Amino acid sequence: MAGPDAPAFADAPTLTDDDAALVEDLLSGSHRALARVITKIENRTPGYRAIVSALHEHTGGADVIGITGSPGAGKSTLVDKLAAAYRDRGDTVGVIAVDPSSPYTGGAVLGDRIRMGSNVGDMDVFFRSMSARGQLGGLSTATADAVKALDAFGKDVVVLETVGAGQNEVDVVRTADTVAVLVQPGSGDDVQTLKAGILEIGDVFVVNKADMDGAQRTVAELEEMVHRREGGTTGRGAGHHGAASMASTGGGGSATGHHDGGNHGDGHHDGDRASGSGHGDSDAHAGDSDDSWTPDVLETVANSGDGVAALIEAFDAHAAHLRESGEIETTERRRYAEEIRTLVRADVGALATAEIERHGGIDRLAERVRDRETDPYAVAEAIVGPIADCVDEERADDDERDD
Amino acid sequence: MSAEQQERAVRCLVAKVGLDGHDRGAHVIARAFRDAGFEVVYSGLHRAPEDIVQAAVQEDVDVLGISILSGAHNTLVPKVIEGLKEYDAFDDTLVLVGGIIPDEDEADLKELGVAEVFGPGTPMEETIEFIRNNVPERA
Repeated sequence: MAGPDAPAFADAPTLTDDDAALVEDLLSGSHRALARVITKIENRTPGYRAIVSALHEHTGGADVIGITGSPGAGKSTLVDKLAAAYRDRGDTVGVIAVDPSSPYTGGAVLGDRIRMGSNVGDMDVFFRSMSARGQLGGLSTATADAVKALDAFGKDVVVLETVGAGQNEVDVVRTADTVAVLVQPGSGDDVQTLKAGILEIGDVFVVNKADMDGAQRTVAELEEMVHRREGGTTGRGAGHHGAASMASTGGGGSATGHHDGGNHGDGHHDGDRASGSGHGDSDAHAGDSDDSWTPDVLETVANSGDGVAALIEAFDAHAAHLRESGEIETTERRRYAEEIRTLVRADVGALATAEIERHGGIDRLAERVRDRETDPYAVAEAIVGPIADCVDEERADDDERDD
Repeated sequence: MSAEQQERAVRCLVAKVGLDGHDRGAHVIARAFRDAGFEVVYSGLHRAPEDIVQAAVQEDVDVLGISILSGAHNTLVPKVIEGLKEYDAFDDTLVLVGGIIPDEDEADLKELGVAEVFGPGTPMEETIEFIRNNVPERA
C-alpha cells in the first residue's frame, strides 16, 4: 500500500514500559507524571520523543495563548490574573514561563512563580518554569512539547510566557494560537522597535500599567501601527500577497506589493475598537471582506486586574475567528510544518556533527582549511556525501520492494 | 535514534514558609545556586506548606530547600513532607532545611526525612557540594 505518496512511518519511536506507564498516569490526571514528562522533555532524556509521540493524538483540545513583551512590562503578573480569571469561569489552566539562563554557568533564577500569588494552592493551575538553557533553536521545540503535555493532560487553556527579545523567544510564542504582545506606557521609542519581528506576530496588543502616564499615547501609537500594518502588506499574508503581486506585475518587490482589495475604506472598525471592549462578537472582525484579523489594542492594569476580562474576551474572539474563518487549519498546518522542519534539521544536524567528529573534529578541519590543504566545500562534500549515498541506497531498496 | 545531547540541570526550589519575613538568606542562597549552575525557583515570602508542595511537584525539582527563621519548623516541615508524599514526590526529592534549628529538633527533622540541616554560617560551598553529591538519580 505504501506508495511514494503515502509513506508509512513504521519508525515511530517505541515507548519503554516505564514511559508507557508514565504516559498512562499523565492521561489519567497525575500531576506528578505531568511534571516528570515535562522534565524529560526539558532534559531530552532518552525516550522523551516516544512520550511526546504518544501524547500527540490526545492534543488539540486546549487554546494556546502566547504572551510576550519587554522585561518589566508585567507579563507574569498579568498571566497570574489571567489564570485566576480563567479559573473563575471553570477552565483549567497550564502555564509555561520561560526565563533566560546564564550563558556562563547554565544556572538560572526562575522568578516568574513569585508573581503567581492569585493561584497558589490551586492545583488546577499547573505552573511550570523553564529555563532557556542556551539551546540553539531547541527552545521552541521544548516549549511546544511541554505545551503538548499540558494539552494532553486536559488543560482547557495553556499560556506560554516569554520575554520578547530575540528570535528564540519569537519562535516560542509563534507556537501559540493567539499571541498577545505586552507594552508598557511611555515606551514611545519602544513601540517603534517593536516593529522588528514582534509587531507581525501580535494578535492582540496590550498596554499594561494603563494607569500610568502616557498610556493613552502608547495606545494611540499602537493603533496607528496596527492600521499601517493592515493597510500595507497584510500582516501574516504578506508573503503570499507579495508573491502574487510579483507574479502578476512581473516584479516590484514584495515590500511594495500593495493590494487594493481588502479592508481599505471601511474605516477599520475604529469606533468599535476604541472602546476597548465589546469584542465578544467576532462578527465585527468576520465582517472584513478578506476575513483578516484586525489586532485589538487593549488596556490592562495587571496589579488590580482591570481589563483582564476584556482581554480574555479578545482571546476568545480571536480563537473564534480562527475557527470560523478556517484559519486555524492553516495555522496548525504551518506550525506542524515548522515542527517537522525543525526536528528533521536538528536530527540531520546531529548526524552531520557526528560525522565531523569522525573526520577529526571541527577544529582540525578548520586548521586544514587554513593551511590550504583543503577547502570548506570539499570538507562539506566529504562529510555529507556518504550520508546522501546512504539515503540513495535506502531509497533504491524501498523502490525495489514497492515494485 | 537521535544523537541529541541530554541537557540535565539540577532544579532547586528555595522556599520560605510561614510567618517569616527574613529572606536575605534565601536570596543569597538562590544566587549561589544559580552561579553553581542550578536552576532555581524561588517561592516568594509567606507561603503555606501546601503552596510549597504545589510548587515542588509542578516544577519537578530535585532539591527543596526550606528556609525557616521563625522557629516554626516542627509544625511546617512535617506538613511539607506529608504533602510531598501525597503526590508521590517525596522519594526523589532532596529536602534540605536552612535556618536556626536547635540540635534536638535537627535530629527529629532528619528522622522525618530531611536530608540535612544547614545552620547559620554554613559555607555556601558546603551546601552546594552536599547537593551535588546527594541529588537523587532519576530515571
